[in-house]
Amino acid sequence: MSSAVHIPSTDAATSLRAAQAARARQARRTRLFLLAPALGVIGVFGLFPLSIALVYSFLEPGTYGGVEWVFSYDAYVQFLFERDIFDDTLAFNSAYLQIFGRSFGLAVTTMIGTLILGFPVAYFIAARPPEQRNFWLFAITLPFWTNLLIRTYSMLLIVRDEGFVNLMLMKIGFIDKPLEMLYTDGAVLAGLIYSYLPFMILPIYASLEKFDFSLLEAGHDLYASRTQVFRHIIVPITRPGIIAGCVLVLIPALGAYITPELLGGGKKLMIGNLIALQFGSGRNWPFGAAAALILMAVVLIALLISLRAGSSKEGGHD
Amino acid sequence: MTKFLSLFRRSTGSRELRRQPLFTGMSWLVLVFLYAPIAVLVVFSFNDNRSVVRWTEFSLRWYAAALENDDIRRSAMISIQVALTATIFSTVIATMAALATTRGGVYRGRAAAIALINQPLMIPEIVTAIATLAFFSILRQLTGVTGIGWLILAHTVFCVPFAYMPIRARLSDMSVTYEAAAADLYASPWQAFRHVTLPLLMPGVMAGAMLAFVVSLDDVIITLLVAGPGETTLPIYILGQIRRGVTPEVNAVSTILIGLTVAMVTLTFFLQRKQK
Repeated sequence: MSSAVHIPSTDAATSLRAAQAARARQARRTRLFLLAPALGVIGVFGLFPLSIALVYSFLEPGTYGGVEWVFSYDAYVQFLFERDIFDDTLAFNSAYLQIFGRSFGLAVTTMIGTLILGFPVAYFIAARPPEQRNFWLFAITLPFWTNLLIRTYSMLLIVRDEGFVNLMLMKIGFIDKPLEMLYTDGAVLAGLIYSYLPFMILPIYASLEKFDFSLLEAGHDLYASRTQVFRHIIVPITRPGIIAGCVLVLIPALGAYITPELLGGGKKLMIGNLIALQFGSGRNWPFGAAAALILMAVVLIALLISLRAGSSKEGGHD
Repeated sequence: MTKFLSLFRRSTGSRELRRQPLFTGMSWLVLVFLYAPIAVLVVFSFNDNRSVVRWTEFSLRWYAAALENDDIRRSAMISIQVALTATIFSTVIATMAALATTRGGVYRGRAAAIALINQPLMIPEIVTAIATLAFFSILRQLTGVTGIGWLILAHTVFCVPFAYMPIRARLSDMSVTYEAAAADLYASPWQAFRHVTLPLLMPGVMAGAMLAFVVSLDDVIITLLVAGPGETTLPIYILGQIRRGVTPEVNAVSTILIGLTVAMVTLTFFLQRKQK
């Protein structure tokens, strides 16, 4: 502000411009002051550590965890090959690839499952009168905030051998000895869908929230069949919501730790468990860091695909 | 009955198109799917028996046992200490950032700033967890500082975007005319903020703080990797117990945690609804 005063105001326009510039400078300074803590904290302690992880992935593991500051790309080699302890030769080892494959398969199946279950719910909520919408939105959001560990634990109580599902099935005489559901891929999948369903419902609902349902009538008046109305009106409108929902489900499902840990037991590892293991009893931080970065790369690719899928639609129908 | 019949009617008036009767049924089933497991957990935490399937009698004995358990009390205190501190820091930081990203028009770098603030949401938690661990292990060695501060710092980082969302939403719904009026009446920017913006923004700030608190209180993965010895939070304690087997005490503690979350989220929901 003060700098405006010092300018000789022979020309009114110049001084006005100077005052505006001063105000803009002041605004920029305020903005910077307000943004600094958030950007600083997240930049330094959220984003920067990723580069540390990158550095770690090129080091050698320390004997008791941690790293030795010696350059090595063993962590990435280890991902595909097994080093013979005696003669140091490399043999192809698909164990880790399989874990990645399994995780990817489970995450994609979770995504499809949540879409099949979530889409009708989102549509149903959007078609409710406003006062009922609030109830439904609240009911869907609440589990989203409830402790994931506890929700997964409650799933475990339901599907274990002496759990509720088996008890009910035995009571109605459907089976006479408990089904072994816990520690299977099915249990992990059920747990993942259970955990991430709200992530799919909410964005699809958001894309339908302002939708004018009389457009459906219009379509119908023009002799569109039910499926045509669905394909040509509802699907294009919900497309951004579906894409956002898929990303929001895929990312955490790929990195899931608690669900496979509790419902998959020790045997059904997913990437998340593999990574955590290396930083725990595995004591191979570089390998854990490498696995985390490979996961990160997969996530980035998924994000890029979703961005392209979101923008390719820009120019009209089909 | 009419709902049931409409399933078989070929006529598709607008109402039927809008309704999709099949979707109604599915929605209720999804609601049952989402709530049934939690309901079983909650109900059987009040069971007198050790069993989690056979109901015998109503009892609070597992709650009494949980409250008398020293490990549970200690980890609950640590959880509250971490969550409260992280909530205060992240809410202040998020409020400042929300002001900067909603007021003062569009400027270069605003979109990038918003993206950076939301960055913790876009990275799988396990990746954040190991990256933070790697970074902190270096910092711990370099500075020689140990203690719970590191854990609080890690929590603050991932709480910021959660606190930021409702505060920003509230700010962008608020008209700038109030602040403009205050400025016209010779209020300094700080006075305008203190006496006009902040009181109007308060519901958003409260909502943000509560979400941050809930998210911090619930965290498992980052805490599991970053926490030092003796910094066991309640969820980490619960995880340890579950690994050893199902105990009714854990059900009781879990129910308390669920109750707390439900109370806070309900409050948040109403705070956010009021603004309309």
